[in-house]
Order: sequence, then C-alpha cells, then structure tokens
Amino acid sequence: MTRMTSWVGRNRGFTGAFLLFAALFVGYQMMHPRGFSTAVFIQNANESVVIGFLAMAQTVPVLMRGLDLSVGAVMTLTNTIASHVVTGSPIQQIVGMTITLAAGTGFGLMNGLIVVYGRIQPIIATLATGAVAGGLALLIRPSPGGEISSDLNWALTNAVFDFTETLGFAQDGTAAWLQPIANIPMPLIIMAVFGICVWVPFKRTVTGRTIYAVGSAEGAAYMSGLPVARAKIAAFTLAGYFAACAGLYLAIQTSSGNADINQAGAYTLNSIAAVVLGGTSLLGGVGGAIASLIGAGILRVISFYFRILSIDPLMQSLIEGLVLLAAVSIGALRTLRVKNTLELFR
Amino acid sequence: MNTLLSFTPENRPIAIAAAFTLMIILIGTAYTLTTQGTAPMLTPSYLLQQLQIGSFLGLCAAGMMMVILLGHIDLSLPWTLTAAAMMATSVGGPWAIPAGLSVGLIVGLINGFGVSYLRIPSMIFTLGVDSVLRGLMIAHTGGFAPQTEASPLMRYLAADRIMGLPVAVFVWAAVSILITVVLTRTGFGKSIYATGAKESAAYLSGIRTRWVITGAFIASSMCAASAGILLAGYSAKAYQGMGAPFLLPAIAAVVLGGTHILGGRGRYLGTLVGVILIVFLNSVLSIMQMPEAFRQIIYGIVIVGMLLVYGRENKTRL
Amino acid sequence: MPAVTDIVKLQNVSRYFGGITALKDVDFSCRAGSVHGILGENGAGKSTLIKILSGVLPPSEGQVLVDDKPVQYQSPSQAAKDGIVCIFQELSLIPDLSVAENIFIDHPPRRFGLIDASAQRRMAEKVLARIKCEDVDPDARVRDLSLSRRQMVEIAKAISKDLRVLILDEATSALTSKDVETVYGLLEELTANNVASLFISHRMQEVEALCDRLSVFRNGSHIQSFDKGDLTEGEIVRLMIGRDIEAQYPPKPPKAEVHQPALSITDLRWEQSLKGVDLSVGQGEIVGLGGLDGQGQKELLLALFGVLKGVKGEVRLGDMPFIPTSPAACKSAALALVPEDRKTEGLMLSLSIADNLLLPNYKAVSRGALIDTNRAAQEVDAAIAKLQIKTASPDISVETLSGGNQQKVVIAKWLALNPDVILLNDPTRGIDVGTKQEIYSLIRNLASSGKGVLLYSTDYAELIGCCDRVSVMYDGRVVNELSDDQLTEQALVAAALNIQSKGVA
Repeated sequence: MTRMTSWVGRNRGFTGAFLLFAALFVGYQMMHPRGFSTAVFIQNANESVVIGFLAMAQTVPVLMRGLDLSVGAVMTLTNTIASHVVTGSPIQQIVGMTITLAAGTGFGLMNGLIVVYGRIQPIIATLATGAVAGGLALLIRPSPGGEISSDLNWALTNAVFDFTETLGFAQDGTAAWLQPIANIPMPLIIMAVFGICVWVPFKRTVTGRTIYAVGSAEGAAYMSGLPVARAKIAAFTLAGYFAACAGLYLAIQTSSGNADINQAGAYTLNSIAAVVLGGTSLLGGVGGAIASLIGAGILRVISFYFRILSIDPLMQSLIEGLVLLAAVSIGALRTLRVKNTLELFR
Repeated sequence: MNTLLSFTPENRPIAIAAAFTLMIILIGTAYTLTTQGTAPMLTPSYLLQQLQIGSFLGLCAAGMMMVILLGHIDLSLPWTLTAAAMMATSVGGPWAIPAGLSVGLIVGLINGFGVSYLRIPSMIFTLGVDSVLRGLMIAHTGGFAPQTEASPLMRYLAADRIMGLPVAVFVWAAVSILITVVLTRTGFGKSIYATGAKESAAYLSGIRTRWVITGAFIASSMCAASAGILLAGYSAKAYQGMGAPFLLPAIAAVVLGGTHILGGRGRYLGTLVGVILIVFLNSVLSIMQMPEAFRQIIYGIVIVGMLLVYGRENKTRL
Repeated sequence: MPAVTDIVKLQNVSRYFGGITALKDVDFSCRAGSVHGILGENGAGKSTLIKILSGVLPPSEGQVLVDDKPVQYQSPSQAAKDGIVCIFQELSLIPDLSVAENIFIDHPPRRFGLIDASAQRRMAEKVLARIKCEDVDPDARVRDLSLSRRQMVEIAKAISKDLRVLILDEATSALTSKDVETVYGLLEELTANNVASLFISHRMQEVEALCDRLSVFRNGSHIQSFDKGDLTEGEIVRLMIGRDIEAQYPPKPPKAEVHQPALSITDLRWEQSLKGVDLSVGQGEIVGLGGLDGQGQKELLLALFGVLKGVKGEVRLGDMPFIPTSPAACKSAALALVPEDRKTEGLMLSLSIADNLLLPNYKAVSRGALIDTNRAAQEVDAAIAKLQIKTASPDISVETLSGGNQQKVVIAKWLALNPDVILLNDPTRGIDVGTKQEIYSLIRNLASSGKGVLLYSTDYAELIGCCDRVSVMYDGRVVNELSDDQLTEQALVAAALNIQSKGVA
C-alpha cells in the first residue's frame, strides 16, 4: 500500500493524466448514443493510432531533453513510401511494410547521427531534416493516391474477428479460443504489439535507462560511464521507428499516401502536446511513452466530444487550445505553491 | 573588438552566413546568365524588392530572437501575426495600426505570464495560445476570408516607397536599430542575456527575471503583430494562414545567425544576416523554378550544413 | 612489514588544455591498503590528476600504469572495470532516477538482457545498509533527497563496485558529522581489504586524521610525498602555497562598545526550517552563523534575501522595518547575498566577466535608459582592480576563471552597489588558501567601513578566525551566541550539538 502511494507520489503527472483521460472517456461513452459498443471503440481506436504512435515517437527524444520536430514529416514520408510498396501478394505486402518501417527507422538514425556527431541542437537539426523528409514525401507522391488493398485496410482497422476472418485463419474467426478477444479493436492490438511491446523492454535496457539519465543530468550520465552517444542515437532512431509505424498505419487506414506538409506540421505539434499532457517533462528525465499514449488519448477524446455535443466545428481549434492551456496550467498550479523561488529554476 | 571581421565565437557564424549569402547570389546570377543571359539578381530594383519581402520575415525574426535569447521559443507567431492583421483591417481607419499592435501586446502579456509566472514550458504554452488565437479568429471571420481591407496608412507603410526605397524597409530598419540598442545598451537587454544564460543566477543578482521574460515575449508578439500589419498592407487584406509560412524561417534565421537555441548567446546582426540569407535562398530557388519538393530538401540541407560548418556546440555541456 | 604494492602509478604525466598546463611531468603512485591524502590549492592540478586516474581525461603525455601494466582509459567506465572509482565533487547522480537505479547505473543486475528491478532494489538495500543508510528508500528519487543523503548514495554507488582504488574528491564536504564517522569507518574497512583510497579535502584536520600518506601538489607539479607525521602543519602549508602565511585571518578590531544595528531579525519563521530566529548584526560587525549543516542557516539567508515565500517575522534594516519580497527589492534596500553555489546561483558562466559584474549595477551606469559604456568600463576595471581578479581581459567568459577568481567576481558584483548588509553563504568553499585569505581580509575591510556582515560557514576555524560573534543555529533557531574568549572550537561544537555544558554558557 505504501509502495503504491509513493509510486503515485512520484508519478503525479501520469496519475493526473490517467484520471483525466478516464473521466473524459467514460463521460464520452455515456453521452454517446451507442456508447460502450464495439463499433464505437473500433472507431475511436482507429482515430487514435496515428497520434498515439507519434506521441510515443516524440516521447523518446523529449525524455533526453531533446525535441524531434521531424516526427510529423517522417510520418508523412513513410506514409507516401507505404502507398507505393505495400501492395501485391501478402508476402509482398509484408516486405513493403518492413521497407516502410526500415525507412522511418533509418531516417531517425540519421537524425541521431546528425545530433550526436554534428553536435547540433536536436530542435534545430530535426526542424531541418523535417523539411527534407517533407520534400522527399512530395517527390515520392506529388499528388495523393496509392493502391493499398482494401482487404488489408479492412483487416487492420476492425476487430480481431474481422482480422482473422479476412486472413482466413482461426476458422475464419469463429474458433472458440479466439472468442474472448474477438471484439478487441485491431488498432489497439497494433499499438500494443508495435508500440508498447517495443517500448517496455527497451526502457529496461541500459540504453533505455541512459536516455532518462541524459535527460535528467547529462554530465552525471557521462561521469557514470553511461553510453551517452549510443543512447542519443537510439532515441532518435526509435522516434523514427514509431513515426514510421504512424505513417504505415495512416497509409493502411486511408488506403493511400498523401504528402500533406501542413498536416505533418500539425501532427508534430500535437505530438508535443500529447507528450506534455501525459505528464512527461519537456525538461527531460521524467515520464514515458505509455504516459504519452494517455496524453494522445486525452487529445483525441476531446475531439470526440465535438461530434456528440454538436459543437460548431469552427470552435474546435479554440476549445482544443483552451483545454491544452487549462491542462498545463493545472499542472503549473503546483509551482505557485513552491515556497522557495530557487526551486522554480531547476 | 566589435567589428564584423574579428572571428570571435560570436561572429564566426555571422561571417559564414554572410559569405554563404553572397555565394547564393553568385550561384543565382550564374544560373540566370547561362539560361537567360541576364543578371536580374544584381539589379538594385530586384534587391530592393527582396528587401521589401524580407522585411516581414525580418520583423518576425527580430522578435523571435528576443525570446530565443532567453532559451524560450514563441510558437504563437503565426496566429499572432494573422490576428493582428485581421484586427487591424477590421477596425480600419486611423485606429487600424494601434488595434493590430494591441493584439501583439495582449498576446505577449499572456505568453509572458504563462511562461514566467506559471512556468509552463514556452514550447507548449505558446502552442496553446496559437491554437486559441486561431480559434478566435475563425470564430471572428466565421471561417471565411475576411472582407475588410487594409487602411491607407498600412498600405503606405508596406508597399509605398520613399526616395525609391520601400517604406517597409525603413520600418524594418527602425525596429532593427531599436532592438540592437535595447540588446546592447540597456539594462533590459543585458538582463535578457543574463536570464537566458542562467536564470537562477540572474534572479539572485536582483534581476526581476519574470518581467524580463514577459518583456521579451511582448517584444516578440509586437514584432509579429507589426509584420502582420505590414503584410496585410502589402496584400491589401488579411487572410487565413498568412502567418504560417513565417514561423520556421524565423527560427531558422535566428539560429543561422548564430544565436544559441538554448539562450544566452547571439547578436542581432547575425539574425539580420540570417534573414537575408533565407530571403535570397528562397528567391534563387524560385528563379530556378525549383519544385516545392526540392525547395524543402535544399532548405533542410542548408540549415544542417551551415550548422555543421559552425560546429560550435561543445562536446558535453556539463 | 608487509610488501608494499603500488596499484596505480603515473609516469611523467602531463596534461594541457589549449595553451594551459594543468599537470606537468608528474610521477605519482598510490599503495594498496593505504589512505593517501592529496593536498594543494585550487588550480594545483588535483582535479586534473583524479580525472586522469579515473578515466575522465586522457593524459597529454606520459603514461598511467595499473599493476605495472600501461592502460589507456577512454572513459570512466573503463577505469571502473579495473576497480578505480571516483566520487566526484560535482555529484554524478541522476536526479530523476531512483536511488537503486543510481547505485547500479552502469552495472545493473540483468535477467534475459533486461534490467532486473527487484534484484536491483535488494542489492541496493544491502549496499545502503553497509554505510548505515537504512533510512534511504531505494525507490526514492535522488532529486527528493537532501544533499548529505545524495552524497551517501554517491558513496554507495562507488562501493557497490569491485573496488581497488577509491578516489574521494571533497566527498565529505556536504556530510553530516554522523555520516562523516561512517565514511571514516568505511575507509578503515576498505584499507583492511587492501583497497587504496585517495582522499582530497580542503579540511586540513580531516586529512591529517585520516591519511597515512600525503602528497602535495602546486601549480600542476607533484611537489613531495611523505608519510603522516613527517612534516608539521606549518611545513605542509608552506609546501602547498610555496611561501609562508603569516596570519591566515586578519586581526580583529577591539570590541566596540555599542554597534549601531545594521540588520535585526525577530522571530523569523518559515515552513519547517526556521522556527523563530532572533539575530542582530551591527554596523562594522562580522556575525557568523554556526551549527551543524542543515539547521536552517541557508534558509535564513535565503529568507532575508527575499527568495522564500511565506516568511513570517520581523526584519529591520538599520532602523527601518523591511520586508524582503524579492532579491530585486533587497538590492534596492542595499542588501546583498553571495549565494551558496557560485556556478548556478552566483554567475552566468557563459557570459563575460564584465557582464557578470555589471548585472546588478546597470541602473548606476546608465544615463537615462541607455548604458554609459565609459562609466560601465570604469566600474568593471575598478571592481577587477579592487578584488585583484586575475584575468587577461574583462571580456572573456567567467567559465575560464579559477574557482577563487570566480568567487571574487560574485563578491565584486555586489560591492559596486555599496550594500549596507552583506550575507555570505560559505564563500570560501572549494577555494584555495591564498584566495581565502584575500576574501577574509576583504570581509574584514567591509566591516571596518561600517557594513554589517552575516557569514555562514561550515568551517569552524573560519568562523572563529573571522567573526566578531557567532550565532549557533540548531533546529531552526539560534540556540547560542559566542564571542570573544568563548569562541573556541570546543564551544562551537558543543553549541552545534545543542549541549548546554557549563563551560560554554
């Protein structure tokens, strides 16, 4: 019990974000005419995957006190790549997906190398490489399009049942063992397998821990003999990978690729917002990718409310902005209680 | 000591950026000479026109620099600019410019309050303010392009000429001189550098760092608002998304001019050179009729390449 | 007599930084099973020496031998593999990670390649128990620990490894006296296990008590190594500074009959740290703040300087009541603070000396809204001359100065304001003997010119030597006041422990 309370005390940001998300989500489902139904869950999950992956992507550099302003552009780039290569036979499609993920990961690796060996501040380096990624995306797909199979789209954007049925295994989705999980939305499974199952083990490697250490105190991390350069490169590489996951899913979800640079910029900014809402500190060292998923969830649920409350869509930007400001201001109230002004500066 | 040519760490990036700007102009000229047999880039009228276009970015970068010197950033620039332009055109008449500038003042106060008093990271607070401003403007215009027009004074400032020189360039020059004087010759300017270098030490030296931060954000928003007013005068009206193309180039100009993104170091002259570099880069790319895709790529490579050449980041910042 | 084996040897080691020679042609060795003290002023090359030993820096010339085999460390982790571990003066802990994670930061227990958190916690508990720090929760974040606890975690981190050489760089400076005892015991235990300890401290008594061998460094050279007791304290100090010190502390003036009050405090309270402090400082008087570390002395200075919020009680400057609301307000009221940590609180390291010196003084050197550059330059030159700051130019960054000169810049920036009351928080910490002396006489001169000085120091000798009067704090209160003949080390210690012995009262 005391361990639990002290955990909550140490993870106040995460706890707060989780409670806010839970309250918003339950409220939304209760107000929705078809709330708590598989169809609504699937729709919600689908709309959250891309921002969820991007939030995870942004988290890793933020943890080591950097920012990756290229995550949106890398998503767009991989999105256009996927729209070309994820076609043909199932094997070809899998190869295509691998190529897409590798491209994003490689781009992230390049970011990391520039930051570490070029000694350029991450925010500026990725601002520039983001422009490059956007340009490449435009070259690859000057106008929106692509022919990703509708089967793949159907299989991955619905429930587990539809997935197995489309792919024709587990007795077309009617196998008894499958029933307990048959109604789970596939997007959540994808998040879990490609996101959480990558992040959680990574966090427990020495490299993963070094990312936290670098964000918290880079000098001390070096003095302690931690692999600082490797961790920085790994952080951006992982960001590239998660961004590629987002781009790939976006391609499958829309069955096409679109080099929309404005959309890329908006997604980058939203990814930062999601990270902060999840309780990860922009000063580094505190937080995690799971927390950012919660943050992304908060952002999405807010936009869900617009539909059911039939708020004028013109007001969306205003309300989103106000909610973001309100959320970070609540977090900031603690600073008003700080009695020693010097503590504010660290 | 303070001449451009002495290669102190502060001046090195400025000299490199200036040399690179000349190189861009030469490449552009070589291109036009070979393809068209003329050298339009070297004509005074062309250069003046570039300066006129550059004045909008120049104002944005000037304000952005004040904030970056503190180690902060102002992402609310796009819609501060747009909101100021929209307010100025919809008020119109003699009160157009004061209306636009007061938008800047108010946004700056809010940003400054959020960052210095609530201590919310500027990256996220100004992002939220930008979103709110966008929402307010969309609500104000109903989502349509505003029908109001710029006042005659705005048009004069943005598009007219005095003795053949664009008035906008004079506005830019005036703001530049003001900022240079503030940064080098006033306690407020010195306090910006000190706060950016180490806020706790500046605070314990009796500097009211909250006021300093708020002041810098006000300066930033006022500059963005001025740019918006001028731009509306130049295009005769305000429009949605008029600010978006300025955010990243403004940051890039400041950084290419040698201002450290973590604050505390940088000279205004560098920002000026950075703006000119970006303006000419853009114009050479459009003379070459470079497709948007290549422009983006070249843009990114230039920024990374220049910073690699500067190579001024210390190995580990303990 | 057992065979004496040298674990680490340096041969003809030199180290240059740009054009500056930090170490020149040093031969040095340290034996297994000994505690070896390293003495020298700041800038003598001690920190460069330990950085080379622990693999932070490679030598420019010469070689390092471990067990008579040459080694070339590229990083601290390689040195740690050979059992050479350093506890750095600037802590190497990661504030946002837990205690257990920090202790095993570079050698975590792993299962299937991943860090095993529960094994790590168990092992951390064991290591902490070994240094009697059972009160530290292995899951607590280091950020939430006090400075002395962090220092102990740092020690735990070092001894969790397979140790052969332990280097302690001013490792006891932040510790409570109970912890210092623990560390002494630990050193004995390590010595018995044939571990070599290198001990660097500015506290002479500590070095004398602990070490069985001493080496003196000066200006980057290894001057002499000798066994404890071979030389007297005076001789050692002479070796360190290369000249005699006549008197470390400036003479105290005869006691004035009545001091006009410069600063008086009545019943000052703040949170749990200050529980009703009563204190007064007269004009021309140096009042010391004594007591064990962490009894509210730092908070008292911060409260007086307007840094703390919600302070209750009465403060008077001269005859006027004064409410310290912010450092800026204190500056206007002619009150100055030399803060604890000059690197983060005192200076903007990346800015020039001139910018640092002028920062609180722009009003004085401005004409209207603009700075008068001539007057500013005069002011800077005057400050540099007055405090004898050794620098080629006022335009170079403060970063490049030695610790002592940096501290002079911190003091100098306030003196230009001509403050009536000066608060000093451990102004000589980590500063060499020569500069210390200069700072002592500066403080005395300030007092002689009618200023009130409130000096907090962790060094009892300093309090005794410098102060006219010492107020000893215990648990957020002033429990005793010592002056004249009562001001002895014994009395200070007794008062610090809040022991009401008759000899003291």
